[in-house]
Amino acid sequence: MCQRYGMSLLAVLVVIGCGGGQPQDAAAKTDRTASPEPAMHLAQAPAQAQPASGGGSAAVNVTVQFEGAAPARTKIKMDADPVCRQQPAAAMESEEVVVNSNGTLKNVFVYVKDGATGTFPTPSTPATLEQSGCWYRPHVFGLQVNQPLDIVNSDATLHNINAKPTTNTPFNIAQPVKGMKTTKKFAKPEVMVKFKCNVHPWMSAYAAVLTHPFFGVSDEQGAAAVIGLPAGTYTLEAWHETYGTQTQTVTVADGETKSVAFTFTAQ
Amino acid sequence: MSTQAHGHSGTQAPSFLRKYIFSTDHKTIGIQFLFTSLIMLFIGGLLAMLIRWQLGWPGRALPFMEKLAPEGMPGGVMLPEYYNMLFTMHGSIMIFFAIIPLLVGVFGNYLIPLKIGAPDMAFPRLNMVSYWLVPPAIGIVCAGFFLQGGAAASGWTAYAPLSTTLGPGQVCWIVGVIVLGTSSIMGSVNYLTTVINLRAPGMHFFRLPLSIWALFITAVLVVLATPVLASALILLLLDSTLGTNFFLPAGMIVDGVLQPNSGGQAILWQHLFWFYSHPAVYIMILPAMGIASEILPVFARKPLFGYHSMVYAIMGIAGLGFLVWAHHMFTSGMNPALGTSFMASTMVIAVPSAIKTFNWLGTLWRGSIRFTTPMLHAIAFVAMFVIGGLTGIFAAANAVDLYLHDTYFIVGHLHYVLFGGSLFGIFAGITFWFPKMFGRMMSETLGKVHFALTFVFFNAVMFPMFNLGVAGMPRRIYDYTQYAHLTHVVGMNQMMSISAFILFTAQLLFIVNFFWSLFRGRPAGANPWQANTLEWITPSPPPHGNFATTPTVYHGPYEYSVPGRPKDWLPQTEPAAIPSHS
Amino acid sequence: MLIAGCADAAWAQAPAGARIWLPEGASSVAPAIDRLFYIILWITGIVFVAVESVLLVFLVRYRQRPGRRAAYTHGSSLVETIWTVIPALILVWLAFYNQRIWAQVRGTPPPHDLEVGVTGQQFAWNIHYPGADGTFGRTDPALVNDETGNPIGLDRRDPNAADDIVTINQLHLPVHQTVLIHLKSKDVIHSFFVPQFRMKQDAVPGITGRVWIEATKEGQLEIACAELCGLGHYRMRGFLTVESLEAFHAWLAEQLTEQQS
Repeated sequence: MCQRYGMSLLAVLVVIGCGGGQPQDAAAKTDRTASPEPAMHLAQAPAQAQPASGGGSAAVNVTVQFEGAAPARTKIKMDADPVCRQQPAAAMESEEVVVNSNGTLKNVFVYVKDGATGTFPTPSTPATLEQSGCWYRPHVFGLQVNQPLDIVNSDATLHNINAKPTTNTPFNIAQPVKGMKTTKKFAKPEVMVKFKCNVHPWMSAYAAVLTHPFFGVSDEQGAAAVIGLPAGTYTLEAWHETYGTQTQTVTVADGETKSVAFTFTAQ
Repeated sequence: MSTQAHGHSGTQAPSFLRKYIFSTDHKTIGIQFLFTSLIMLFIGGLLAMLIRWQLGWPGRALPFMEKLAPEGMPGGVMLPEYYNMLFTMHGSIMIFFAIIPLLVGVFGNYLIPLKIGAPDMAFPRLNMVSYWLVPPAIGIVCAGFFLQGGAAASGWTAYAPLSTTLGPGQVCWIVGVIVLGTSSIMGSVNYLTTVINLRAPGMHFFRLPLSIWALFITAVLVVLATPVLASALILLLLDSTLGTNFFLPAGMIVDGVLQPNSGGQAILWQHLFWFYSHPAVYIMILPAMGIASEILPVFARKPLFGYHSMVYAIMGIAGLGFLVWAHHMFTSGMNPALGTSFMASTMVIAVPSAIKTFNWLGTLWRGSIRFTTPMLHAIAFVAMFVIGGLTGIFAAANAVDLYLHDTYFIVGHLHYVLFGGSLFGIFAGITFWFPKMFGRMMSETLGKVHFALTFVFFNAVMFPMFNLGVAGMPRRIYDYTQYAHLTHVVGMNQMMSISAFILFTAQLLFIVNFFWSLFRGRPAGANPWQANTLEWITPSPPPHGNFATTPTVYHGPYEYSVPGRPKDWLPQTEPAAIPSHS
Repeated sequence: MLIAGCADAAWAQAPAGARIWLPEGASSVAPAIDRLFYIILWITGIVFVAVESVLLVFLVRYRQRPGRRAAYTHGSSLVETIWTVIPALILVWLAFYNQRIWAQVRGTPPPHDLEVGVTGQQFAWNIHYPGADGTFGRTDPALVNDETGNPIGLDRRDPNAADDIVTINQLHLPVHQTVLIHLKSKDVIHSFFVPQFRMKQDAVPGITGRVWIEATKEGQLEIACAELCGLGHYRMRGFLTVESLEAFHAWLAEQLTEQQS
C-alpha cells in the first residue's frame, strides 16, 4: 500500500491519512515489454481466452437474432491522431450496434446470472484488452473476479484507460509508450465495467466481471457458448450496450448441450 | 508593555518536552520551523529533479524509480499522471511548506521578539499551535502519494473543475492546505500583536529594522488574504465531496456523462484563488526583501539608502498587491475591460519594486563592502530579483501575455522571483543569523563554494526557460517533443536538466556546512557581524526571555560608519548624537 | 549571471535554422504583438544591463579596502524622486501602448467571414463548422455520444444541422479571412493555443468565449492545450491547416460528402 505512488523519502514524514485508504481491489502492475508486439498479430489472436471450465459437462449454445432494420454504423474518421490514421483502415465503423450478415447481433454478452452455485477457481491466465489502431479489441468481454486483465498498448501514441466501474474501484491510467502493459484486477462482480480512452473519444469497451466462468460473447455468426455447466437450472442473461438485457431460464442435465435463442429488436 | 509581565525570567528549567518539542519559546519554534521547512525544501527539490529528468529525456527509464513508485513510474518510465503529480507537489511543497514557512515561520518567529526587544511573542501558546499544525498539514497533503489514484495532480493552483474530478489525493491536498492556512493566520495574528504591543522603549515604528517592517506587512497580507483562500478551499472541498456546484457550471459532460450540475462558475475559483495567491507572491518576497535590506547595510558598513521610502515601498507593494490578482487571468475568458485595469495596476506595482532595487544599489554606493557568505546571497537576491521583476513586465503587458501565458516564460519568471529572490534571501538570512541561532559561525569556505555553484547553476537552469517560453513551450507538459515547433528544444532542456542536477547536488554542501557548523563551528560571540540591531546585544544563542534587562532604543537600526566615532557600528541601545539625516 | 546570459544568448542564436525564439508569426495580430514584445525586450534589456553593470561596478569599486571608511548617508530625496518618476513614466507609456494592442486583439471583434465552433474536452478538440447556411445546428448535451461520432451533441434533426460538419482535432481555416471562433469546453478548462498566431484563450465550461483570428500564412500548424486539463493534457494536440479559400471550400465539401455517405 505504501509504495503505490510513494516516495520513500516521504515516508519519513508524519503521515496523517485522511479518509483512510481506498480498498485496493484494483491492484496494478505495469511493465513495459522490451520489444513491442506487432499490433495486428495480437489483434487477430483470440483476444479473449475461453473461460476456464466450470467443472460440469453441460453446455448452452446461444444464438442472438436481430429483428428490424439494422441501424447504419457511424464511420469514425481516424484523422484526429496521425498515428491512428496510419492504420490499415482509414475509417472504422462504430461498434454500438453490429448486425451480422446473417441477421444476428454481434457483441452480446451472454452469461449465467443466477443458478451458478459454489466457488470457482480464479484463472491465472490473464484476459487481454488490447488497444490497437486506436480501437479496443475486444469490444465486449468477460473475466472472473481477481482474474488478471492485461491492458496492452500496441499503438505508438498515448492511450489512457479510463475504467468507470460503479462497484469496483475506478481507475484512469495512461500508457504513453508503445508496448506498455498494465495488469489490473477487479475484486467484485460487476456487469458491466465500461472502458474509455479520452485521447481517442470514440474508443470504448465493456467488461463483465463474474464469480464464475459461465459466459460468452456473440461473434460474427451471432453465436455464443456457455460451457462446462454442471447439471441444473440457470437464468441466462443477454446484455447489449444499446438494447439492454434479456433473460431466459434453461435447465441442463450432465453432458447435455442445449440451444437457446435471444432476439433483439431494432428501436 | 503590560503583556510582558507573564514572567519569562525566573521560571523553572523546563522539561525536555516543554523545551524542545512543545515549546512556547519563539526561538525554539523558529528553529522547529527551520528544520521542518528545510526538509521540505529538500523533498521539493527531489521532485524537481524527477521533473527535469522527464523534460531532459522524455520517456527514458529511470530503473531505480520502479521500486520507489511502481505505479507512477512502471519499469522506471514516468507516466503522465505521475508527472502531473510531481509538478503539483513540487509547487505546493515549495510554496506552502518551504518558502512561506522559511520566510514567515522561521524569520518571523525567531527575529521579531529579538529585534524589537521583547522577551517572547505576545501569544506564545498560539505560536506553538501555529507550528504544530504544520506537520499534520504536510502529512495530509503528502498522504496523496500513498492513496489510490495518487497525489494531487491539478497544479498548485488547483483550478476547478479539474481539481474536483480527481481522486482522494486531491481532497487531501485541499484539507492540508486549509490546515496550513489556519497555521499561517495564527502566526500572523501573533506577529501583528507582538510588533504593535511589545516593542522595547524607544523602538518607534520608524526605528524598526526593515526585516521587521517586511514581516509586519507580510503578516497583514496573511491575515487579510489567507481567509479568502481558506473559504475558497472549503467551497472546493464541498464541490469535490458533497456535490455542491460553486465552481461547476451546468451542462458539464465528463467522460461522456452529463453531470447534474447547475449554477456554478469555473472562473470564480480563479478570482478567489488569485485574490490570495497574488498577495502570497508578496508574502514570499517581502520578507526576503527585508532580509536583503537588513544584510546589505551591515556588510556595506553604511546606512540603508532611503529607509523611509523603503518602508513606503513595502506598504505600496502590499496595498497594490491586492489589486493585481487578475493579471494571472488575462486568457481566462474574463471581460477584456478587466484585462485593461489589471494590466494598469500591475504596471503601477512595478514602481515600488524599482524604488527598492535602486535603494539597494544606493546602499552599496560608496560603501565598504565585505563579501561574506550572507552578503553574497543578499547581493544575488538583488541581482536575481531584477530579472524576476523585469520579466514580470512582459507578463503584465496583457497583449504579450496572450502569447507568453502558461509557457515556460512564466515558469522562468516565477523561479527568478521565488528561487532567485526568495531562496537567495533565505540563504542570506540563514547564513546571517545562524551564529545567533546556534552560537557558532558557519564555514565561510563551504558557504562561498555553495553560493558560487548555486548562483551559476541556478542561472543555467532558469535563464533558458525564457527562451523556451518565447519559443512557445507550454508549461506542465509531460512530453513537449511531439509538437512540431518544439522538436529542436531537446538539447537546451538536457543542458538545463544537467545544470539542475548539479544545482541540487551543490545544496548538499549547504547541508554539510549546516551540520558541521552546528557542532564544530567557531564560537560566534554575541555580535560576530558587528551589527546594530537588538538581537546582537544578547548572547548567542539568546537565553530564554532573550534579554537580561529590557533594552532601550535610542536611534534607527542602520547607523553604520557614523562620522567621528572610532568603530563603524552603533548599536541601537547605545546613546549617541547622530548627525541629522541629509 | 551575465556570463550565463551571454552563453544563453549564444546558444539561442547559434543554429540559425532552429533558433529557440519566437516561431514565425502567422496571424494578422502577430506583428503588433511581436513589436510590443521587442519594445519591452529593449526597455527591460537596457534596464537589466544598466542595473547589473552598476551593481558590478559598485561591488568592485566599493569593496572593503584598508583605510577607507564607508560614506555616511541616509539617502537623497532628489535622487529617489528621479528614480521613482522615470520608471513610472516609462510604465505609464507602456500601459497606454499596450492597451492599443489589447483593444485591437480582445476588443470588439471585426466583421467576420466565417464562424467556427471549437469545443475542448479531455483530451481532444471538437471542431464544428456551420456549413453553407452559415448557421450552427442545435446542440444538446443529452445527445452527446463520443462513440458514435457525435462529440458535441449535434441534433441532426435540426434543419440547420444538415450541412454542419464536425471533426475531431482537424481545424481548417482559410487564409486572409476573419474567423470568429466560439470557444467552449465540455468538462474542465482547456486553453486554445496556436503559437504562430500569438493567440491563447481558455475554453471554460459554462462560458462561450468569442475570439477572432485572421491567418496570414498558409501551412500546417498545431493547436496545443495550454491549461492543465488532466493526464492527457500534453497530448491534447489539434491540427490546423491554413489554406486558400478554394482549398478550404473543397475540404469542407469533401467532409460533407464523407459524412453523408
